[in-house]
Amino acid sequence: MIRIERRLEQPRRLVVVVPVVSIVVAFLIATIVLLATSHPPLHTFRRLFDAAFLANGALTETVVSATPLAFTGLAAAVAFRMNLFNIGGEGQLYAGAITGAAMGLLLAGAPSPVVIGLMMVAGAAGGALLAAIPGVLRAFFSTNEIITSLMLNYVLALVIDYLIFDSHSYLRETKGFEASVFPQGKKLPPEATWSSWTIHGLALPLGFLVAIGLAAAVWGLYARTRFGFEVQVIGDSVRAGRYAGMRTRRKILAVMCLSGAIAGLGGASQDGDFRHQLDPRGLTQANYGYTGIVVAALARYNPFAVVLVAFMLGGLQNAGYTLQGADFPAGLVGVLQGLILFSVLGGELLIRYRIRFDRRPAKAEAAAPEPAS
Amino acid sequence: MNNSLLVVVLAQGVVYGTPLLYAALGELLAERSGVLNLGVEGMMLVGAVMGFWAVQRFHVSSPLALIGALAVAALAGATMAAIHAFLVITLRANQIVSGLALTIFAGVAGLSSYLGNDLNLAKSPARHQFQAIFPKSLQDVGVVGPILFGQSALVYASWACVVLVALYLTRTRAGLNVRAVGESPAAADAMGINVARYRYAHTLLGGAFAGIGGATFSLSITPQWLAGLTQGAGWIAIALVIFAFWRPTLCLVGAYFFGAFTYLPFALQKYHWAPPPELSQSLPYVMTVVALVLVSSRAARLRFGAPAALGLPYVREEN
Repeated sequence: MIRIERRLEQPRRLVVVVPVVSIVVAFLIATIVLLATSHPPLHTFRRLFDAAFLANGALTETVVSATPLAFTGLAAAVAFRMNLFNIGGEGQLYAGAITGAAMGLLLAGAPSPVVIGLMMVAGAAGGALLAAIPGVLRAFFSTNEIITSLMLNYVLALVIDYLIFDSHSYLRETKGFEASVFPQGKKLPPEATWSSWTIHGLALPLGFLVAIGLAAAVWGLYARTRFGFEVQVIGDSVRAGRYAGMRTRRKILAVMCLSGAIAGLGGASQDGDFRHQLDPRGLTQANYGYTGIVVAALARYNPFAVVLVAFMLGGLQNAGYTLQGADFPAGLVGVLQGLILFSVLGGELLIRYRIRFDRRPAKAEAAAPEPAS
Repeated sequence: MNNSLLVVVLAQGVVYGTPLLYAALGELLAERSGVLNLGVEGMMLVGAVMGFWAVQRFHVSSPLALIGALAVAALAGATMAAIHAFLVITLRANQIVSGLALTIFAGVAGLSSYLGNDLNLAKSPARHQFQAIFPKSLQDVGVVGPILFGQSALVYASWACVVLVALYLTRTRAGLNVRAVGESPAAADAMGINVARYRYAHTLLGGAFAGIGGATFSLSITPQWLAGLTQGAGWIAIALVIFAFWRPTLCLVGAYFFGAFTYLPFALQKYHWAPPPELSQSLPYVMTVVALVLVSSRAARLRFGAPAALGLPYVREEN
């Protein structure tokens, strides 16, 4: 007979073993999907890993894909830890990209560190402002933040399209032949290019390093400060927090804004590190915000694990772009991400519960003498 | 008169509201049993792609092909829902994360695109599609003609579904049991109701409805396969359930309201009044937020709140 019972304590090794096994299971299921649709699984996976990590320059490209995922993953982790489901990382990243690019253009001619610093501030402010909308609605009107933050993603995608394709906004390039054929964002001045460092051929952009620093800061905030403690209490039970005299509404709003600010910083990093203009098509097709949620869930909301998982999923995403074409199955990256997430979610059961296979009939167990305690 | 802006928008509001209505009815059934499924968008897309595949491959007469396609779409949606059901009911996973995972797995960058690509469905029009079923003379009746008689069988079937779901939940033994399971699974369990079985059944049924909702796009509105053709309709359907206060008849009203806002941008283009298209396109999303705020006041929630056990796993002897 099989019984599922709650574990009294969670063995530490399971916290590592279960996710690893879950990922293996996900790849096994993906193998079945590939076989069922007559794609060669081993060949497909090898190409995936080659393009993600092994090929010449692949690691650098993987870091490029991992940087925004680290930001959106941290943004989701910060909020989800409080049971605050901010699904709006996508829109908050666009908002940060808009304000970051505007700041970069405004400050043309200023010293580079000032421009870069203020772009970061502007990006974070843009994301935080957008996240404040579902934050205020949740804190003061008890409106479901999942739906409101998600709806704003669609709105911001339209705003960014409007700024570049349908208006003569400050951010749009209006001069030059290319711009008259296809609308595009104004090129940022050279001062607004974020620095990057190359170690053994691996280019590390400033944004990636900022994300690592942020991960440490978020860890410190949640593990070592009163604010972090209160946030976790409120996350577990709003009522308990309120009885203990915590300002629950302010905390909800603060965490939502923090989450938005991190996503917005990721948007500014898109402008400064990689795209050097406001790039609506590139941003809206990348799905950084939604993938960030996968990253956060896989990392079990641990900030350091977020950076690691972002690197792994960044590899997948990068491989997805590189291999786009007739002979590589489209949509496979999303399928893989979903499968990994399903397996890890299912695997959590094994961390929280244990499964017992009892050979003895239940009667014998009941008759066994109770040990003196 | 039948070409006036109001009549056109209302008639098209019904057309564009229909996929929302199917998906919302499905989500309502799942939520009434206590299972929150945020994977509606993904289930709709898989339903859309499989329904479209069926209509291209079934070489039978038009009505048969369309009915077969709907069955395939419903089956596809239910299959997707089964993943969520297994994770959250049997394995007790977090319903919110699992639902999001389903949308990522099945959604625009996932299985629906994989299937659409693999089955070679893009860039070909549907071989059969749902068309208006009443004679032209009825459709030309002033005002009510286009709105009530100019619709396809899918619209009339959705009205039947609303009535059936409403009667089911309020007038049948099984329907009352569903509500008991959603409000207080422990009490339902004590009454001898199999909580897990009810939750599985209604989550799968919800998936089937979402699949049909997706097929409404690929077989009637669009009518072809495009990656991500639902454009967030699944999410609007989830919001719809909330501000319909988990009542099927209010879903109908809400769905047409949002359908009308979805169509409005196209209508305004035709009337040579051109605000930036993005402004009118953002209306359904902004209206969703506004409507959600309006219904989340404390008084409204106490009177017509969510099922009390929504989103919570049920483990006997633990809660």
